[in-house]
Amino acid sequence: MNRTDPLVLGIETSCDETGIGIVRGTTLLANTIASSMDEHARYGGVVPEVAARAHLEALGPAIRTAVADAGIDLADVDAIAVTSGPGLAGALMVGVGAAKALSVALDKPIYAVNHLVGHVGADLLDAHGGPGRAVELPTIALLVSGGHTSLLLVRDLVSDVELLGETIDDAAGEAFDKVARVLGLPYPGGPQIDRVAASGDPRAIRFPRGLSQPKDMAAHRYDFSFSGLKTAVARWVEQRQDAGETVPIADVAASFREAVVDVLISKAVAACADFGVPRLLLGGGVVANARLRQVAEERTAAAGIALRVPALSLCTDNGAMIAALAAQLITAGHEPSTLLFGADSTLPVTEIQVVT
Amino acid sequence: MLLAIDTSAGSSVAVVDRDGGVLSERSVPDTMRHAEVIGDLIKGSLDDAGVSVARLSGVAVGMGPGPFTGLRVGIAAARAFGLGAGKPVVRVVSHDAIAYERYRAGHLGGMLVVTDARRRELYWSAYVGVDEHGLPLREDGPGLCKPDDVPHAGLARVDAAEVSAGALGMLAEFLFLHGRPFAGSEPLYLRSPDVTLSNGPKRVSG
Ligand SMILES: [Zn+2]
Repeated sequence: MNRTDPLVLGIETSCDETGIGIVRGTTLLANTIASSMDEHARYGGVVPEVAARAHLEALGPAIRTAVADAGIDLADVDAIAVTSGPGLAGALMVGVGAAKALSVALDKPIYAVNHLVGHVGADLLDAHGGPGRAVELPTIALLVSGGHTSLLLVRDLVSDVELLGETIDDAAGEAFDKVARVLGLPYPGGPQIDRVAASGDPRAIRFPRGLSQPKDMAAHRYDFSFSGLKTAVARWVEQRQDAGETVPIADVAASFREAVVDVLISKAVAACADFGVPRLLLGGGVVANARLRQVAEERTAAAGIALRVPALSLCTDNGAMIAALAAQLITAGHEPSTLLFGADSTLPVTEIQVVT
Repeated sequence: MLLAIDTSAGSSVAVVDRDGGVLSERSVPDTMRHAEVIGDLIKGSLDDAGVSVARLSGVAVGMGPGPFTGLRVGIAAARAFGLGAGKPVVRVVSHDAIAYERYRAGHLGGMLVVTDARRRELYWSAYVGVDEHGLPLREDGPGLCKPDDVPHAGLARVDAAEVSAGALGMLAEFLFLHGRPFAGSEPLYLRSPDVTLSNGPKRVSG
């Protein structure tokens, strides 16, 4: 196996995106993503079984497209990489089953990797296929999507990742979806809230910042909670409706978004300060949120923290980040996974590679 | 020569040859570990048969009926294997493999194949017998029903807990040989995803 610049095909099926990525070392060759988001719109959130069925149908065509985009022969890959977890169990299993079969058919080693660490690995790649670069370490990583909200301390991409905190209830992206529903906006909520909030006043309503009170900060310094915020928004809206008043949707959206962004960035910046790490990396689909990026830029600049935000096509769930992480494992001399690993919906972030 | 995969019940993988019969078969009856075992079963079956990937002419896969999570693992694996090996994938109704095996073992006349669909439901398929080549003739189903509503009470009922990939693969060989149709491309889940359509936001204030 080529351990210097391994050619790796990565398969990602942890949520509602079927991602196939191909990298050579840290160079991105293909990043094919098929999303079942539209199928979930009528349900107002990701339906696991709908997502899993969509993965099965999308996987073959996505592999073919990625191989064509990369201009390689499938038989030339050095290894197959796949997300073992965390994520939706039934969805993960589609990718795991396919990856194992591909590994046997091609007689190539397989690397089962951690989805969250994969988001950090996305920073290795240039979205336009230019030369990649090392992730500067140590770094704090804030990963925010519809499925997860996690704060990590990454000392080494392939051997030392620590979970500092995560959401204790809803993921941030989920909160956007739920508040969008309260405001009568369609799914997915993130872009809708972003659009409506543009003309609103973020200081119009002071919504609660979850787990930010002194008493919470003792036990949950780096944890997040968005379910109380969602309820507070719903209650505020209901009170206006009950009083027969018009709901200032733009102000509610802007104020809600501000509360989410404030908590996310405050805790991430605090982690940088606490651990003396002058770097913050963002990942996950919620990075698409314009206000999140803006506040992150302002506050990291003020605190002397270097901010890294991979291109959006690499922030949302994708197979390229999975392939990139596996390529790092291979380069670092890690042995492949056996064929016996499973899909682990709650895989801890400390388990960067699942070996068996 | 075919690699055959079925995960509609447990996980079963075989290598079959039209003339040589079932060259190898490995099965794990556990209905909860499809993703864990599938890779090893494929590798092991090929090794047992002493057959290289290049010598296969295709992949046969059971399309169900079967509970969705497990069923999908085998179909995903078969499609990915076919893609990696550059071989075609042919699809077989998993119940047909059960019927084929029973008829080959001497069963005569009609047969109702019944398998567990979980959630206190059953999958069924009705057969009237075999054609001139000994291939099962499915006349009705596959269907899904409550245990008390199993149709075709007059047929001999065959309750099966496993599907043999060896039988499935051999059936695929003869379906191909005799120009009989394979199953459709849709997995036979026979059940819609569990979802509740949202009726707008729920009130949070009293
Ligand atoms: Zn993700």
